[in-house]
Amino acid sequence: MDGELPTAGMRRRDLLKLIGMTAGSAAMYQAMTSMGLAATSDYSGPIKLEGDPKGASVLILGAGLAGMTAALELRQAGYKVKVLEFNNRAGGRNWSLRGGDTYTELGGATQKCEFDEGLYLNPGPWRIPYHHNGLLDYCKRLGVQLEPFQQINHNAYLHSTKAFGGKPRRMREIKSDFQGHTSELLAKVTQKGQLEGLVNEEDQEILLEALRSWGALDKDYAYKAGDLAAEFRGYEKDPGGGIGAEPAPGDVIGLSDILNSGLWRSLANFALYEFQTTMFQPVGGMGRIGEAFAREVGDLITYNAKVTKIAQSEKGVTVTYEDVKNPGTTQEASADWCVCTIPLTILSQIDINVGSAMQAAIAAVPYASSVKVGLQMKRRFWEEDDKIFGGVTYTNQPISQISYPSTDYNKKGKGVLLGCYTWNGPNSYEFTAMAPEERVKRAVEQGSLIHPQYKDEFENGIAVAWHRSPFTLGCAGDWTDEARKEHYNNLCQIDGRIVLAGEHASYIPAWQEGAILSSLNAITRLHQRVLQA
Amino acid sequence: MKRQIACGLAALPLLALPGVPAAFADSAGITFSNGRTFTEQTGEQLFTHVCAACHLDQGQGAVGAGHYPALANNANLESAGYPILILLQGQKGMPPVGQMMSDDQIAAVVNYVRTHFGNNYQDAVTAEDVKASR
Repeated sequence: MDGELPTAGMRRRDLLKLIGMTAGSAAMYQAMTSMGLAATSDYSGPIKLEGDPKGASVLILGAGLAGMTAALELRQAGYKVKVLEFNNRAGGRNWSLRGGDTYTELGGATQKCEFDEGLYLNPGPWRIPYHHNGLLDYCKRLGVQLEPFQQINHNAYLHSTKAFGGKPRRMREIKSDFQGHTSELLAKVTQKGQLEGLVNEEDQEILLEALRSWGALDKDYAYKAGDLAAEFRGYEKDPGGGIGAEPAPGDVIGLSDILNSGLWRSLANFALYEFQTTMFQPVGGMGRIGEAFAREVGDLITYNAKVTKIAQSEKGVTVTYEDVKNPGTTQEASADWCVCTIPLTILSQIDINVGSAMQAAIAAVPYASSVKVGLQMKRRFWEEDDKIFGGVTYTNQPISQISYPSTDYNKKGKGVLLGCYTWNGPNSYEFTAMAPEERVKRAVEQGSLIHPQYKDEFENGIAVAWHRSPFTLGCAGDWTDEARKEHYNNLCQIDGRIVLAGEHASYIPAWQEGAILSSLNAITRLHQRVLQA
Repeated sequence: MKRQIACGLAALPLLALPGVPAAFADSAGITFSNGRTFTEQTGEQLFTHVCAACHLDQGQGAVGAGHYPALANNANLESAGYPILILLQGQKGMPPVGQMMSDDQIAAVVNYVRTHFGNNYQDAVTAEDVKASR
């Protein structure tokens, strides 16, 4: 997962350039685009589909969040609604695997989840930004209880097998020391007048004060080991009470060591808008959202329905589907209009008579690779031993990260770690190509380099590789800027009586908010079309 | 190395996981790539760790709500230019995984797939052929 590391011995000007890039927009932009994610929500409250659809019917394909949002709102607006769903459950990628669940991936490998009661893995989405207003509003309306999701934990680790002898460092140490050193450097060039022409004299004075405050610099604008730095980075020995309780600040890590460690690469994960505090998760697993939607619209859903053909005429839309439980038996469902939320990986293989522009758009979007592994541990050693309560540890190993449960803090008993979360790149394919048991085994091996406790505490695990998912054949739409420019509007336009929706038809791919906003936008336009018809 | 990898996979009957000291047994041979490009070099390695993610271990493909085409006995492989192009450009939902491979790697994996799993196309491609298609 590790890219090239900066070389030692660079000139200061290059260093400053690098630091500017690292702390600034370039690094973040790179991180954002590498995640394929870079947008915010334009949700502005519940939609109002006013006007009488006069008994018009809509067939919705897919009972994920996009499909169920459409079902809920269109029925409310007076439409006759039916939903076809491939799985035997609602929710789609909104999904939690709990003890007793079984999951069969493409290729036939079946895993039984062995987690204890109350523990789960969210194979798909697992965190909700505070600005994903549409999703949050549905959670409120549907009574889905939320709790904070810890993305940022200063006491979690940043880890590289190639740095600090493979010993993980606390995020607060890397962040504080990096911030301190870079502030000191910038203060030095400011004092030498090297910002002349870039920052006026008055602002230079303010800048120096700001750097001192921001970087924990001393009166001489130096960042060094001591009480001041310890107030940011933490102590070698924490302050206590009574005799012998005096705190001891630790050494600071040198700038060159930080730069060459590459650990600074992970810091953007604590700064990106998408990951900023407050993030949320549903109490009991992300799947609670899909379950809540299904309580509202479950009566409209036909499960185990594999769509094989979508045909439209001037009069309506007819969809042919196969009963997954009885292969070879096909049935038809018809309606005046169709909202299709089938992932493009699958839709691009289905006979559908839309125009060439939409056909080309459907075929233009590859799907990202992603793998998640959940690991049940006998005890919450990350809390008990390592004082890590929620949050994410990042590593240069193929597992990429370890996330600690953002619930049941400080309790005795077991817990489930997210022991691997890959997103594109070679390792994601390599994990996918393994048998599920091998993925779990590798996640345990790699995680134990950060938490040696794995060896004694690991009990069981489950691994979901999204390219092996029978109902998506991939994780999420992986748009390039070029493809979006050429095809996005063609994908989203209404074609005759058919409109597409889903995260793939949004500027927030791979996020549930994208699915919901896409759906709301699609049905709003569809409703206008119906009223005009 | 080639054999080790094949054995590494075969040697994992991987019973149920509970208990799992076995999870720490040394599993020789399977290595992960380091960085943004694949480190596997031979056609067999690349097939096993990349292509098989979707097309499965014998190139048999898979069927769910949609399907992954079988690479086994696949007449579309008759023209070597076709798999090269798909690796470089992707195809519908398939990502352009060849962008994470060198010309040599693409040639190796194309030659491997075209001569295994019931395919028998002996006109091997070269890195130069791949380069010309980029």
